[in-house]
Amino acid sequence: MTPTEASLLAEALPAPELPGFAAHLRRTGREAYGAAGLPRTDLEEWRFTSLAPLASQVFAPGEPHARVDLSALDRQLGPAAGPRLVFVNGRLRADLSREAALPGGASAGSLARALAERPALVEPHLGRLAKVEGRALAALNAALLADGAFVHLPAGSAVAQPIEIVFVAVAGLEPSASHPRVLVVGGPRSEATVVERYVALGTAPALSNAVTEVRLGEGARLDHYQVQDLPPSAFYFASVAAEQGPGSRFQTHSTALGAAIARSDVQARLAGEEAEARLCGLYMTDGKRLVDNHSLVEHATPRGTSREVFKGILDGESRAVFGGRVRVLEGAMKTDAHQLNSNLLLSRDATVDTMPQLEIYADDVKCGHGGTVGQLDADSLFYLRSRGLPLARARSLLIYAFAREMVDLVRPAALREQVGALVAARLPDGALVREAA
Amino acid sequence: MSPKEPESQPILRVEGLRARIGEREILRGLTLSVNPGEVHAIMGPNGSGKSTFAGVLAGRETAEVTGGSAALDGRDLLAMAPEERANAGLFLGFQYPVEIPGVGNLYFLRAALNAQRKSRGEEELDAVDFLDLAREKMRLVEMDPAFMNRGLNEGFSGGEKKRNEVLQMAVLEPRLAILDEIDSGLDIDALRVVAKGVEALRHPKRSTILVTHYQRLLEHVVPDVVHVMAAGRIVLSGGRELALELEKKGYAWIDEEAKRGAFAEAAQVSP
Repeated sequence: MTPTEASLLAEALPAPELPGFAAHLRRTGREAYGAAGLPRTDLEEWRFTSLAPLASQVFAPGEPHARVDLSALDRQLGPAAGPRLVFVNGRLRADLSREAALPGGASAGSLARALAERPALVEPHLGRLAKVEGRALAALNAALLADGAFVHLPAGSAVAQPIEIVFVAVAGLEPSASHPRVLVVGGPRSEATVVERYVALGTAPALSNAVTEVRLGEGARLDHYQVQDLPPSAFYFASVAAEQGPGSRFQTHSTALGAAIARSDVQARLAGEEAEARLCGLYMTDGKRLVDNHSLVEHATPRGTSREVFKGILDGESRAVFGGRVRVLEGAMKTDAHQLNSNLLLSRDATVDTMPQLEIYADDVKCGHGGTVGQLDADSLFYLRSRGLPLARARSLLIYAFAREMVDLVRPAALREQVGALVAARLPDGALVREAA
Repeated sequence: MSPKEPESQPILRVEGLRARIGEREILRGLTLSVNPGEVHAIMGPNGSGKSTFAGVLAGRETAEVTGGSAALDGRDLLAMAPEERANAGLFLGFQYPVEIPGVGNLYFLRAALNAQRKSRGEEELDAVDFLDLAREKMRLVEMDPAFMNRGLNEGFSGGEKKRNEVLQMAVLEPRLAILDEIDSGLDIDALRVVAKGVEALRHPKRSTILVTHYQRLLEHVVPDVVHVMAAGRIVLSGGRELALELEKKGYAWIDEEAKRGAFAEAAQVSP
């Protein structure tokens, strides 16, 4: 193990007392991480994404009791519409959170508490979807399992307000790491919206290595968001693994705005018939930053639908990678799958590697993919300028117009506002551009 | 309305303008003056350089200017960025207006108006005042207000796009409007509306250039001066009757004459 790899295993607090299955998950995670080490570019899935920038750093475990100014945090996040769980370096902080009773017996709270008080609710799901073998980052997260968010939606429960889960990475003076964890169990016909937000405080590089598991029963609906707005020195890893029952609907939507390296792995397995999965992503990069979105949609049963749209805006010498795999297993006939990756390059030095992959083992399916890599349209730019709009604003307008499709896919109105504002804030004359909507 | 006594200088003065697209020279020494209050028509066969001329004046970069000059109110147009030309009072009505989904029509129009007002040191219009103005102009061009909530020209028919160009012109009230084939692809109703918009802009201090292939528009908007363009220059200028003559005789003879070199620089006909 390299010093960097070893440093990531350190823990800020003594290992918690856990039920057997959770302790087992920690052990297998540790073994798998020890065997694999951090991903290297000789792995097919990591071919274009080198973690070399990490290798020169040693990370301290993020301090869960770090001081966080609540009003500053509220300013950064905007007002909470519903329940807001705030985690500092991976652990729930009741002093910063706004917990609320949810209807229909639903609950959203600390995973550590659920493991202590209601382990039977957690055991059938935790670590079952985010496999650790050969997946070093998910393994590392499991190895350090201590807390996280647990969202439990009993059959038929419907939570209208978005459940907001905020992961604050605090890196004071030295680089530090945290390993957020989310488990969402949506019972049959349950409905909810879960929003994960990733922010950082402090001046040193923060590494955030998150794992989210989602299990949806028959007819359940989950709207899931990840909004990552980390500083440009941060490292962001996010694995989302979902398994869907019959007729369930799952939308996961990621907005990746910051971090030196932002890598996201999303997996949706349509295990029950007529399930529907939507994977959406918007990313913006500049400087020498890198954003990598990998996804796997697995159609295991008939008549499933999947839609995947990822859009990226790249400036400077930044890079984007898109690896989208759609796998249609034997017997999953009448599958309808489509995938799209569009990129807008604002600079000659920005690059995109986009790799759609269809693996089809069933007959009678409809699968397609598409992608574009383009620049701002010169005719459109001229049209806007010919009416008096300054060049910088005309550019911003066109960039925002490109991103807007993804912003509009954010269903909760307050979050849509916030995501739109975050995108616009990265553009010259951003405030003016926002009104375009 | 007949042209008023010209002010001391023309609004637009173009002299010996040359421009090329790639290796091909499109404008070959074009000279033209437009006085305040006048409506000019520039006619000519396809490929004579009409649209290139309109684009060059507005700052389109597809053509490269290689010689000559163009001034708006005595200011060097060619040295200005497209937005500066707009702020100076120039408006180009596009032959093919661009569709930009994601940018609202109404938002765009207000942003454009306020950018121009700001550059002139005028107060920007707030949302309420702007809406009043926009509604008034929408009535003028008989535009369904529902269109304004769509993306810029998004899903508009050819005629609706042209109507939107005229709406923009009516709101922006340019000093010089150049309408590039604003009449192409329009049915008679849309043509009437476009003509109404142009007529409404007639003002002793403003001018309009209609670039057109056909005489049809000129039945609705009577020009003060008609120019004929061929091979990158204005080869004939005259009154309204010139348009009628062209309609009768077609453009073939112009092309042939131009090829024979009949229209030498010094021999421009001025009936």
